[in-house]
Amino acid sequence: MDKNQSTGLLFEISRPGRRAHRVGAPDVPEIPLETLFPGEVLAETPPALPELAELDVVRHFTNLSSKNMAIDCNFYPLGSCTMKYNPKRHERIVALPGFGAIHPLAPDSVSQGILELVYGMQKILAEIAGLPAVSIQPAAGAQGELTALLVAAAYFRHKKDYRTRVLIPDSAHGTNPASAALAGFEAVTVKSRADGLVDFEDLKSKVDNRTAVFMITNPNTLGLFDGQIAEITKLIHDAGGLVYLDGANMNAILGITRPGDFGADMMHYNVHKTFTGPHGAGGPGSGPIAVRDFLEPFLPSPVVVKTNNGYALDFDRSLSIGRVHGFQGNIGVLVRGYAYILTLGPKGLREVSEQAVLNANYLLALLKDAIEVPKGDRCMHEFVASARLLRREKRISAMDICKGLLDHGYHPPTVYFPLVVPEALMMEPTETESKETLEEYAKVFKAILAESAETLHHAPHTLGISRPDEVAAAKTPVLRWKN
Amino acid sequence: MSYVANTASEQKAMLETIGAASVEALFSPIPESLRLRRDLAIPGPFAEQDLTRVMGRIASNNRSVDDLVCFLGGGAYDHFIPAAVDTLSMRSEFYTAYTPYQAEASQGSLQAFYEFQTLICQLTGMDVANASLYDGASAAAEAVLMAMSVTGRQGKIVVAETLHPHARQAISTVLANLGPRIETVPCPGGFLNPTEANLALDDTTACLVVQNPNVLGGLEEMAELAQKAHAKGVLLVASVDPISLGILKKPGDYGADIVIAEGQGLGNPLAYGGPYLGLMACREEFVRKIPGRLIGQTVDRNGKKCFVLTLQTREQHIRREKATSNICTNQGLYALRAAIHLALLGPQGLKETAISCTQKAHYLANKLLASGLVQLEPDRAFFKEFTVKLEASVACKWTPREIVDRMLKEGYLAGYPTGNWLVGKGDCLTIAVTEKRTKGEMDQFVEAFARVANH
Ligand SMILES: Cc1ncc(COP(=O)(O)O)c(C=O)c1O
Repeated sequence: MDKNQSTGLLFEISRPGRRAHRVGAPDVPEIPLETLFPGEVLAETPPALPELAELDVVRHFTNLSSKNMAIDCNFYPLGSCTMKYNPKRHERIVALPGFGAIHPLAPDSVSQGILELVYGMQKILAEIAGLPAVSIQPAAGAQGELTALLVAAAYFRHKKDYRTRVLIPDSAHGTNPASAALAGFEAVTVKSRADGLVDFEDLKSKVDNRTAVFMITNPNTLGLFDGQIAEITKLIHDAGGLVYLDGANMNAILGITRPGDFGADMMHYNVHKTFTGPHGAGGPGSGPIAVRDFLEPFLPSPVVVKTNNGYALDFDRSLSIGRVHGFQGNIGVLVRGYAYILTLGPKGLREVSEQAVLNANYLLALLKDAIEVPKGDRCMHEFVASARLLRREKRISAMDICKGLLDHGYHPPTVYFPLVVPEALMMEPTETESKETLEEYAKVFKAILAESAETLHHAPHTLGISRPDEVAAAKTPVLRWKN
Repeated sequence: MSYVANTASEQKAMLETIGAASVEALFSPIPESLRLRRDLAIPGPFAEQDLTRVMGRIASNNRSVDDLVCFLGGGAYDHFIPAAVDTLSMRSEFYTAYTPYQAEASQGSLQAFYEFQTLICQLTGMDVANASLYDGASAAAEAVLMAMSVTGRQGKIVVAETLHPHARQAISTVLANLGPRIETVPCPGGFLNPTEANLALDDTTACLVVQNPNVLGGLEEMAELAQKAHAKGVLLVASVDPISLGILKKPGDYGADIVIAEGQGLGNPLAYGGPYLGLMACREEFVRKIPGRLIGQTVDRNGKKCFVLTLQTREQHIRREKATSNICTNQGLYALRAAIHLALLGPQGLKETAISCTQKAHYLANKLLASGLVQLEPDRAFFKEFTVKLEASVACKWTPREIVDRMLKEGYLAGYPTGNWLVGKGDCLTIAVTEKRTKGEMDQFVEAFARVANH
């Protein structure tokens, strides 16, 4: 049986006159549209959308789905993305009308359940962070970064202490410098040492009274916990700056150490990573931020508060930076995150990090003799291997290895990030994978390294397509179908 | 309960292979002084059946639009969602995948997003659409940043007072530390007067941001606004209701340069405000300035058609502080839902939906007017949402907020008190009607409204 059903574009399988969804005539007396609207605003014809029967649509998207790898089908050790199992129970819960069919502008009196949940989530996220004040508004990690940097800017402006720079390690994710620029700061890069941790001397030379914020990812993007963190945060605080923690790697430290306790003043969570909101092939995420008490007045408006009459949205926040989201944030993802945390409880949450770190170290142990892991043979929840030597000696690049893995049914690691490791392969197995999955993967990984460069250069061989021509795609972009 | 697979004995064997004495030893890089040596003070654990009960209790403390008849809009609408949207988007292969970085393993999502981009272009009449932004309000902020970059103008941006206040706030939050001034043109007549708009525009203005239908529900004079903007080299950013495009002219046809929208109405549940779907489309020539992911068609090594993430040099992971935006994770699953929704609707389904909304909204408006309790404010053409001003005889007894609260007891979400959003509208209520509402519901709504107002 050929499982690779044809999936012509919706526009190619469209046939004039086909219908799926019908609304039917309204059950009220109809008034001619021409009398309701000035003629010039009415379209002559509706948009030329494709015309399909319901089965056409169902078969199309079902067959398309079979062209994806996904956590439910494949081991997916994509570093920095925390591709853990997404529990099915969450999907049933968020589909309840009491979560799915509630209006964001409904009076608080009919939204007490969701307000209670958000309030509870604010408290939980504050406790895990060791930072007391939370805004759940940011829709993803990057928006959390931007929001927190805007909070920092508002705080300094309020103090009339004008600071212009945000310092960022060279190992940081691209969203960090992009968010800094968007918030109106100059992004200044801080070097990493050979062992992958922050070069304290370089940092020291760049910290001064222009420093608004130092953004650090800890554990960092190499999967290493930077034990200098207390000295680093002291250095920044002594210079009057704030420390931001990029919380993408919280899966390593839940209940083990808290950003607020190690000196961070602000952080974001990636609820879609750490607390398993499904990634949805690119989103949605949820990027709540937690901050110190003195930054609380600047958080986005509204926040959820508890009053004598129950829970309420508090808009009365004169120093707030305002809104970053149309409503209260990606609530559906937060509901899943809340259900996840409730399921695990305090011990379960710590177990997540313990087992994530155990799994990563186990995979590292299985692979370290086969491929260079430049930043040490221990890690936190992820590690970064390098195909630098393989590339030089056997002409096998990190990307070749990825494509080889695809042929064996594995989603590849994150490649070419962080930028400080040449030919980087960043692997994060997460806590939900079993020992034998890791062993099987390691075996395949080693077998791939033994394959000829020739074979790997042509991989993948077994998916519906071979490697796409990305250069052509960017040179003459075709971004939509046209007839 | 943590979804961990490995048993204690497996964990022990793994530690042996690693050469670590204990799991605890793996955490030795974290200085002891920084360790948390107590349990987190958080609730749980709960077994699945207990969790289901607890979450069910929380959900039951919310009153949904299955329970209250919804005439509330304000940027989030109770449109019907066909079952196939849920079934298809909830396929594991879609919802448990990551961003399609590895094209060969993601052709399903990539093609679906390419189709989404095409559908949004067809809907808006624009050349290029991205693969989604967070929501309508953040799309407005992104559009303004994009307009600054396209025009090279950093002096100011001009927004209509009738642009949704949440979008206005998102714009001002994001611009807080960047150069441009925001000039908000007052709209006392309930719409942006093109002559007034023209006075605000100058050769330092990057863009004019207008919403159509606007926050009161009324239509703006988009063609004339486009003309005025273009005459001064200003881009027109049009924020639209995608459902309205079943009957209204496409923004591309009246000269919009950047189109943004809240895409919630395209198959996405109300869900207390998110996840929603930020739509953005623009003219071809701005393509290298657009924020967010773009999917392009290309060929593989055997010449076979396929899809990839493209023009990534605009993005943060390559360009870092010089990127067009910081966005990384977007609203992929909700873009997929919108694509499925539009594919199910097709041109006729979209048109029928738009007509049904329009006819029902006008039925309700006329019925409310006939009750003598309210006036239309402003008395302008509207689509599915309209604003009414309470007659003095009612306003002397009740505020719109009180009417809304009392209508809740009658089983209705009666609308939004407009005065929360716009000055001078303290006696007004903004009411939305989707295709889901029935004549019976509306007749009863008017009766209840009269009861409440006259009480
Ligand atoms: C280290 C790091 N920081 C920030 C982000 C940005 O988060 P998001 O994609 O949720 O915006 C990511 C996500 O890929 C990340 O890995």
